[in-house]
Amino acid sequence: MAEELKVLDRACLKIYELTMGACAASGGSRKKILKVGGQSAMPFLFEEGEIPHAPLIAAEVSDIVEDDCPFVLKNALKGLTDKPVDWAVEMMGEAGADLICLKLQGTHPDFGNKTSKEAVELVEGLLKKVETPLIVLGSGQADKDNDVLSAVSEATKGERLLFGDVVQENYKTLTAACIADGHNIIAESPIDVNIAKQLNILISDIGLPLDRIVINPTIGALGYGLEYAYSIMERARNAALAGDKMLAMPFICFVGQEAWRAKEAKVSESEWPGSGNADTRGIMWEVVTALAMLQAGADILTMRHPQAIRIVKKAIEDLMKR
Amino acid sequence: MALSGLDIYKLLPKTNCKKCGFQTCLAFAMQLAKKAIPLDKCPFVTPEVRAVLEQASQPAIRLVEIGSGEAKSSIGNETVLFRHEEKFHHPTAIGFILEDVLSESELNKAIEEINKCTFERVGQKIEVNLVALKETKSKDSKFINALKILLKKTTLGLVLMPKTTETLKTALEICASQKPLVYCSENSLLDSFATIAGNFRVPLAFRGSSVSELSSLTKKIVSRVPDIVLDVHSEKMSDYLWQLTQLRRLSIKKNERSVGFPTMVIADLTDEAASVVEASMFIAKYASIVLLKTRKPEYVLPLLTLRQNIFTDPQKPLQVEPAVYTIGAADDRSPVLITTNFSLTYYTVLGEIETSRIPSHLICVDTEGMSVLTAWAAEKFNAEKVADTLIKFKLEEKVRHKNLIIPGYVSMMSGDLEEKSGWKILVGPREAAGLPSYLKNL
Repeated sequence: MAEELKVLDRACLKIYELTMGACAASGGSRKKILKVGGQSAMPFLFEEGEIPHAPLIAAEVSDIVEDDCPFVLKNALKGLTDKPVDWAVEMMGEAGADLICLKLQGTHPDFGNKTSKEAVELVEGLLKKVETPLIVLGSGQADKDNDVLSAVSEATKGERLLFGDVVQENYKTLTAACIADGHNIIAESPIDVNIAKQLNILISDIGLPLDRIVINPTIGALGYGLEYAYSIMERARNAALAGDKMLAMPFICFVGQEAWRAKEAKVSESEWPGSGNADTRGIMWEVVTALAMLQAGADILTMRHPQAIRIVKKAIEDLMKR
Repeated sequence: MALSGLDIYKLLPKTNCKKCGFQTCLAFAMQLAKKAIPLDKCPFVTPEVRAVLEQASQPAIRLVEIGSGEAKSSIGNETVLFRHEEKFHHPTAIGFILEDVLSESELNKAIEEINKCTFERVGQKIEVNLVALKETKSKDSKFINALKILLKKTTLGLVLMPKTTETLKTALEICASQKPLVYCSENSLLDSFATIAGNFRVPLAFRGSSVSELSSLTKKIVSRVPDIVLDVHSEKMSDYLWQLTQLRRLSIKKNERSVGFPTMVIADLTDEAASVVEASMFIAKYASIVLLKTRKPEYVLPLLTLRQNIFTDPQKPLQVEPAVYTIGAADDRSPVLITTNFSLTYYTVLGEIETSRIPSHLICVDTEGMSVLTAWAAEKFNAEKVADTLIKFKLEEKVRHKNLIIPGYVSMMSGDLEEKSGWKILVGPREAAGLPSYLKNL
């Protein structure tokens, strides 16, 4: 039995390494720089490639109080949801998030219609309170996003933040802003490898380097189509490692926003007898969604519940022990 | 690994004698590859060729069955490393470890809790599969008593975890017909456990701390006990994952017989959340059995759901029942929306309507599980079909208006549909995400 019992899959290509945050010397003001990507193996298979960076957890923070926030989350975030800066500081502190994902939902014409100026002030205020880079998301309303995110991009020029999302139908304005101001971008595709690839080509065609793009494959929560994104991500990542550089970007998965929309994360035990403790059930719904995405190749997870963040952070630490 | 028709053809006499009933040896080979006919039909196959073909017809990972009757679990026989390559065939069997020191009432309570871990999701029943009984001390053992209680109280598949050969023999005399999985916790006992399990024709699991250890041990026992389950163990999560990945790859890509067996992981950490973390990692990759200690529904339900997701056939998307779904406190004035019965479409639309907080009626047309655009292209979601569905579900009795919101992607059917149905057609947003603001501004 001379032959060793091992099958190694060697990658031909590494995932692009993306840097978030710039320190004073590089034109920003961040004390902490974060990197994702750079790996040449499927998740946590250290024996057959490099995995230089642990996946990151970004805590989801919104500039507007969600009126239908599930009660479990509401309790866990009591006194924070109407103060985005305090909320962010709390998530970075005891909960242990690696960075903040700020969603400017309140700029949406139908949900607050806040101005670009308000958004800029919030982001600037937040940058003063945290040492890390930020993820800044628009409200999903294309025209307004183009105004708001361009303004925020300009105001934070040189900080090397991560802005999102651009989609196939609306990518030019924000991409141009990110090129001009030295930021990274999230490219969103609807659970579709071909569109993901096409969008990356479009973005790079207008001049954004490939190592400044993150793919948002659009995930579903546990029990709500999770398996589609799971397989799309595995397919894309396998293709990237086999040499397709237009798919060789890190993935971001919006775990919190999806998991907390699930009935299983919202319903109380009295409304659903036999379903167990609602707090734990909601937390585990977010945790298991996050873990499945990690297995599929997620590089950045956005999450909501502080306890879920703690559990997944510990899981990542354990998984990264080699 | 399965041979192709051409591979088999090369091993046949190639005389086209037609004794097998086919015109050519190639035609016969193609049927053999499909396992449509037995090899015996060819009178000229040599014993050597027979051995090669029989070996090749074995699955790369052995199918092992645990339990009997309705609660039987089949594990193993997987054919791919990633579900998108085909599908995962046999869902991870999920079970619970109980210790024999529990009193009769504690055992009864535990079984009651386990039996409650059954849920219904997207029209499927999802439930746990196994109960494992662990012997805690070899002196004054309560194992057999506890086993008798379990046999009375549950029909789930059993995993026996005795400490001695004596306990194992006594236990199997009582319950071998239930096809329990025998778990050998001490590899010094593996030899005798293999003989006993083999004699009683029940499967055997044992633990190894590396792929090569597992491989060398299966070679020693496989002739006595053909149904083996490999218990993978490590101090590190990444090493667990590495071993499980290697076992899967070695059997599927290299046809390595000595590790071509289902696998198991014991996730019995005292920290319940941490054990769910482990269990979910290994349901995704690549454990055939996961044993837990916690049996609280809030921990078990996410795991059963994950298993349902991962083991869904990617080629046969889950469907929801075609029907009219009432969202929130919808009444006869609430808006009516229509979509397909592809479950992902349905749940996405449902989620967005819920986000809007506008009580609504959502009609799911039977599109055989196709999404909106695919169904449109396949004529499963056209004006005729939608008009028929409105009549079939008696929408005119449910609401007192005649306004129907259709997905933006099929706006082209609106004129035709207005004519065919007599309803006023409102074109909704193309993506479900646009529904909250659409409904608010309606």
